[in-house]
Amino acid sequence: MSDGEITFTVEEAVEAAQRLGTPVMVKAQVHTGGRGKAGGVKFAATIEDVHEHASNIFGLNIKDHVVKRIWIERASDIAEEYYASFTLDRSAKKHLGMLSAEGGVEIETVAEENPEAIAKIWIDPTSGLTTEMAENWVKSANLPEQAAKGAVKILLDLYQAYVKGDADLVEINPLILTSDGDVHVLDAKVTLDGNSIFRHPEYAEFDKTQTRDERETTAHDRGLQYVGLDGTVGVIANGAGLAMATVDVVNQVGGAAANFLDIGGGANAEVMAGALEVINNDPEVKSIFINIFGGITRGEEVANGIIEALQNVDIEAPIVIRLDGTNADEGRSILKPHLSETLQMAPTMLEAAQQAVDLARKDNDK
Amino acid sequence: MSIFVDENTKVIYQGLTGSQGRYYGLLNRDYGTKVVAGTNPRKAGEEVEGIPIYANIKEAVKATGAKASCIFIPAAGVQSAVLEAAEGGIEFIVAITEGVPAHDEAHFYNHLQNEFPQVQLLGPNCPGIISPGKCNIGITAGHIAKPGGPVGIVSRSGTLTYQALYELKEKGIGCTTCVGIGGDPVPGTSFIDCLKAFEEDSETQAVMMIGEIGGSAEEEAAEFIANNMTKPVSAYVAGVTAPPGKKMGHAGAIVSGGKGTAQAKMDALRAANVRVGLNPTEAGEHMVDIIAELTNK
Repeated sequence: MSDGEITFTVEEAVEAAQRLGTPVMVKAQVHTGGRGKAGGVKFAATIEDVHEHASNIFGLNIKDHVVKRIWIERASDIAEEYYASFTLDRSAKKHLGMLSAEGGVEIETVAEENPEAIAKIWIDPTSGLTTEMAENWVKSANLPEQAAKGAVKILLDLYQAYVKGDADLVEINPLILTSDGDVHVLDAKVTLDGNSIFRHPEYAEFDKTQTRDERETTAHDRGLQYVGLDGTVGVIANGAGLAMATVDVVNQVGGAAANFLDIGGGANAEVMAGALEVINNDPEVKSIFINIFGGITRGEEVANGIIEALQNVDIEAPIVIRLDGTNADEGRSILKPHLSETLQMAPTMLEAAQQAVDLARKDNDK
Repeated sequence: MSIFVDENTKVIYQGLTGSQGRYYGLLNRDYGTKVVAGTNPRKAGEEVEGIPIYANIKEAVKATGAKASCIFIPAAGVQSAVLEAAEGGIEFIVAITEGVPAHDEAHFYNHLQNEFPQVQLLGPNCPGIISPGKCNIGITAGHIAKPGGPVGIVSRSGTLTYQALYELKEKGIGCTTCVGIGGDPVPGTSFIDCLKAFEEDSETQAVMMIGEIGGSAEEEAAEFIANNMTKPVSAYVAGVTAPPGKKMGHAGAIVSGGKGTAQAKMDALRAANVRVGLNPTEAGEHMVDIIAELTNK
């Protein structure tokens, strides 16, 4: 890696550049790609340039990520730029390494315009990446002779980091060859597997630095599977598949869901109350669609859970419930005496979605 | 007939002494599944409601002759539980556990392929398998499924599977076997494994398939259907409106780099003459039509 410092203000950026010595690169630190295109990466020949670029980049919105941190590093004398990554190929069920002599641009573009420029290698996780495999791989990518040795070492290290770190993706772009003949990493991106946190307790710290939608943070704190969307119908469902289907159906009948929210198989009062609170805190929500299919959890338990949750949370938006599956009739009779203009019930998923969308529109017309 | 399991399948529960394992293990036994043993190295010699506990799979297999196991072990222990089962002589492993790291899944999947090619792994992060009236391994509510066929079901989603079983039952249609392959990035059993088995199963006359965003398993299934299936298929794919780059509840349900969209999957399935519903109910209605056409032939 190049020498560099992380900074949080324009002043810090300028001081870092003074310590490192110009020229430097001024780079936005956000959890997304395409920073260069968005104006988040600039070359600064002088301290004045650093001041100007840092002022522009702090607060810049890159694909919904606001820049709060900037990395200042000594500008490298780049002779060539390469690309290297490891990820899981779900189809082959093996690790996939990709290496290209055409780095520095988005790899998706290379893959589309010049797929032969990417050398791929499939690695059986039980045997791993050997030095010999890495050497042949570098050859097949047509990296120049002088870069080969350095590239092999970095690829072997990168594979270790990918496996030991339980990463979904590790990507170096660009991997550079300097005019002195050194190979080193100029920029990298890592995506970690949340399921591996029991092996990496330190990841909880990274997680805190994630720039998340505020609604997602609240839901995450309650252990709910939540993804924020742009619509006005709040969605609560049990099971990831059903929650996805619910969002789809809301869209299909002409509305738009405010979120994806999976409360899991159970649906007891406590979880339901937590889910309702998260939805309730979203000012865009104009109606709520609760879609529950009782499997082993019986309909009457679900119904009692909903009633209890409603007593504990003050909900503003009208609610439509669709309850089906095991003992659905019993569950529906428990809900019946509580029904009103703001607590409705519908027999099918489609009808419930339609009702929820109509209610959201009504609120808009007010 | 049924696929992978039947009324004679004996099952060992790895994690029967834990709360989830005990709850579902006993429910499965009540359903009629031959739950013959549990394993726990610290509780060997004890029993759970009459089901004997052995120190390990090898001893449990020796004592019972079971060829199937069901894993209710916390995520950190799933890798060693899967390998223990395979090494102990189990040929059909059902891993229910959610939250297993993708690297572990890739590792034990390849380990089984290399060393134990005869072993079929289902899951992890799946609801299990039910052959209604015969055998239920996992967390599916048995009573929502109607025995007898003629429909086989294969699905990446738990609740949508229950929904499918329920809707078919409401319309008087039974199921030969319902396989939940789970929503993780490296499922042990694929759509194709199940489609192949259903194609060969004499009792199954049609197949319902429930997919979701992420990966390319549905596209691969579509290709298989076009080239190898004579039986009609209906399908639903969840996540049409899912935003890119977000994991939708399941670890494997993610649209990344423009790949794995519901639209691409539905297009591929339609091109393979699969009747694709825009919601689960519509997919169920397609199946009702298919069965009616088969009956009138």
